[in-house]
Amino acid sequence: MFAFITRRIIQAVVVMLIISFIGFTIKHHVGDPVRELVGVSVKASEREALREKLGLNDPFFVQYKNFLKNAVRGDFGISYFFKKPAAQVILEKAPATLELVFASSILIIILSIPLGTYCAIKPKSILSRLIMGMSIVGVSIPVFLTAIMLIFLFSVNLHILPSYGRGETVAVFGGLWDTGFLTIDGLKHLILPVIALSSIMLPLFIRLIRAEMMEVMQTEYIKFAFAKGLSKKRIWFVHAFKNTLLPVITVGGVQLGIMIAYTILTETVFQWQGMGFMFLEAVERSDTSLLVAYLMFVGVLFVGVNTVVDIIYGLINPKVRISGTK
Amino acid sequence: MMEHLLEVNNLEVKFKLRTGELTAIDNVGFTLDKGERLGIVGESGAGKSVTGFSIINLISKPGYISGGEIMFEGKDLTRVSEDVLRHIRGNRISMIFQDPMMTLNPVFTIGEQMAETILAHKNISRKDALEISVEKLRQVHIPSPETRLNQYPHEFSGGMRQRIVIAISLLLDPAIIIADEPTTALDVTIQAEIMELLLELCEKNDTGMILITHDLGVVSQVTEKIAVMYAGRIVEIGSTENIVANPLHPYTKGLIKALPGSRGTGEKLYQIPGSMPNLTEMPKGCAFHPRCELAEGECFSKVPELIQRGNFRRLAACHKF
Ligand SMILES: Nc1ncnc2c1ncn2[C@@H]1O[C@H](COP(=O)(O)OP(=O)(O)O)[C@@H](O)[C@H]1O
Ligand SMILES: [Mg+2]
Repeated sequence: MFAFITRRIIQAVVVMLIISFIGFTIKHHVGDPVRELVGVSVKASEREALREKLGLNDPFFVQYKNFLKNAVRGDFGISYFFKKPAAQVILEKAPATLELVFASSILIIILSIPLGTYCAIKPKSILSRLIMGMSIVGVSIPVFLTAIMLIFLFSVNLHILPSYGRGETVAVFGGLWDTGFLTIDGLKHLILPVIALSSIMLPLFIRLIRAEMMEVMQTEYIKFAFAKGLSKKRIWFVHAFKNTLLPVITVGGVQLGIMIAYTILTETVFQWQGMGFMFLEAVERSDTSLLVAYLMFVGVLFVGVNTVVDIIYGLINPKVRISGTK
Repeated sequence: MMEHLLEVNNLEVKFKLRTGELTAIDNVGFTLDKGERLGIVGESGAGKSVTGFSIINLISKPGYISGGEIMFEGKDLTRVSEDVLRHIRGNRISMIFQDPMMTLNPVFTIGEQMAETILAHKNISRKDALEISVEKLRQVHIPSPETRLNQYPHEFSGGMRQRIVIAISLLLDPAIIIADEPTTALDVTIQAEIMELLLELCEKNDTGMILITHDLGVVSQVTEKIAVMYAGRIVEIGSTENIVANPLHPYTKGLIKALPGSRGTGEKLYQIPGSMPNLTEMPKGCAFHPRCELAEGECFSKVPELIQRGNFRRLAACHKF
């Protein structure tokens, strides 16, 4: 198990190096740190002197090394628009996005497990057919359209839920984190964005769990469990469920990461002041430092989640846990 | 007449397919007494497994029992509730599957998979259940069973896993064990060993056994009775001795002729020409007639009944007697 974890962490580091290289290449070709520092009204000769001083005329790999060194310390340069270190901007915007993703993940997990399992156990029931039918609809409507329809229905027509912003937030962890989880208003503001963000992943997860579980139910060991005289409940919820969980966890980790991409759409429609919203603004303003910082942060998040998920997989699967192989 | 432990009469199993219903098992009947061993033989696809599974009403979908009765300990198992069946499965009638690599759940320990079986039928403590499990593992010659109990299936070889499956089938001292090709998936070198173990344990506990196999050689050494199946029907049934020494049905004769060692060494093994018909394209009359040298007249038009033929003390389904 220790060897397995070590290997996963080394893999994660390699992936991060690749991401950092892509990030640096973007910065190197697109960004102009001199503009970020002094604006456009400075003489050409002075700019050149500054370039030399900043090491911008150094060979590519020397610059990459410096970029890495700074990145490890959390220094991604100054955001051109916010006039603050890019990393600081990201950290200010991250809680909004992370809370959105977290709430959606919880919603997806608590709904997809019972619904997917039910659809696998009773594939022919009317309720199963209804769930499967709705899941197709859910998968095929784009997130932004779902978001707009939700706003139209619940905000514009019914006036029961707010349509933009995070509402009232409370600073926690010594002011490092603004949370919307602790106020009624903040929770109300979460509802529509969370539904919109889950609208693609929830149906996908229901279908995934159903498909995996139905496959497991066909196996010999499930048939043998019936032949042993175990109760249906035990066979479904203990024997089949644990085997269903393994592939679902693997895919789930990737999907959770993909959800970060959907936050860009969701946050834009709901004017949610998170990283996704900030990302689109940064693209419009060519705020390269901020874009690269965002890329790196999301990269770390994605790789981190996947590594943790893989380790959880290893803990559940005795083959990995004992022999360290997959 | 003494009542049999198990009595299967006119069993019929159908598969509901989109294209219509297929009759996989037709008019199958046999009896089993306490401690008796019955072999069901026939080529692959004859309906042996379906017959075995239908006894505990566990045919894979879309199959279902469409007729007949299965009398066991005073109950007709085709009619009892799911709950009654559950208490018979693994408790009074247990099963051993073909491929031990697939039979055990990969994510639970051996101990867990054994103890849960006992706890599903008996109201005892987990600790006692684990103790019984250790005892049964010892009986199937698993070394240091106490530590093995905490291991997962993938830590055992195929032969060891089949021993564990045998141990599981014995946990509740069943009246009948149905073993569906219990050694087919194993390495040739250990097949005899596992078969011997199974036979020894059944004899010791006076457990009835239904041994399903395509290998007439194996059943002839283990069982007292043989039922030969072909295309969903029993074509010949009687005592092992009688059938092996003096087969009546041309199919049984072919199976015996095909046994290795029935001809001189060096000679090519005999094979019955042709292959068993698919259920969807069953020939009219006797299902065996396309492969039968003797086929004529009635054989092409009328399904032969399984009845006593001549003075032989057994039943055969063939017009040519
Ligand atoms: N799940 C199924 N769906 C449709 N037909 C089946 C199914 N299982 C078995 N059958 C039919 O029943 C016949 C007998 O199968 P089986 O009892 O497994 O044969 P064997 O004698 O090799 O154990 C097969 O030839 C097949 O046509
Ligand atoms: Mg079979």
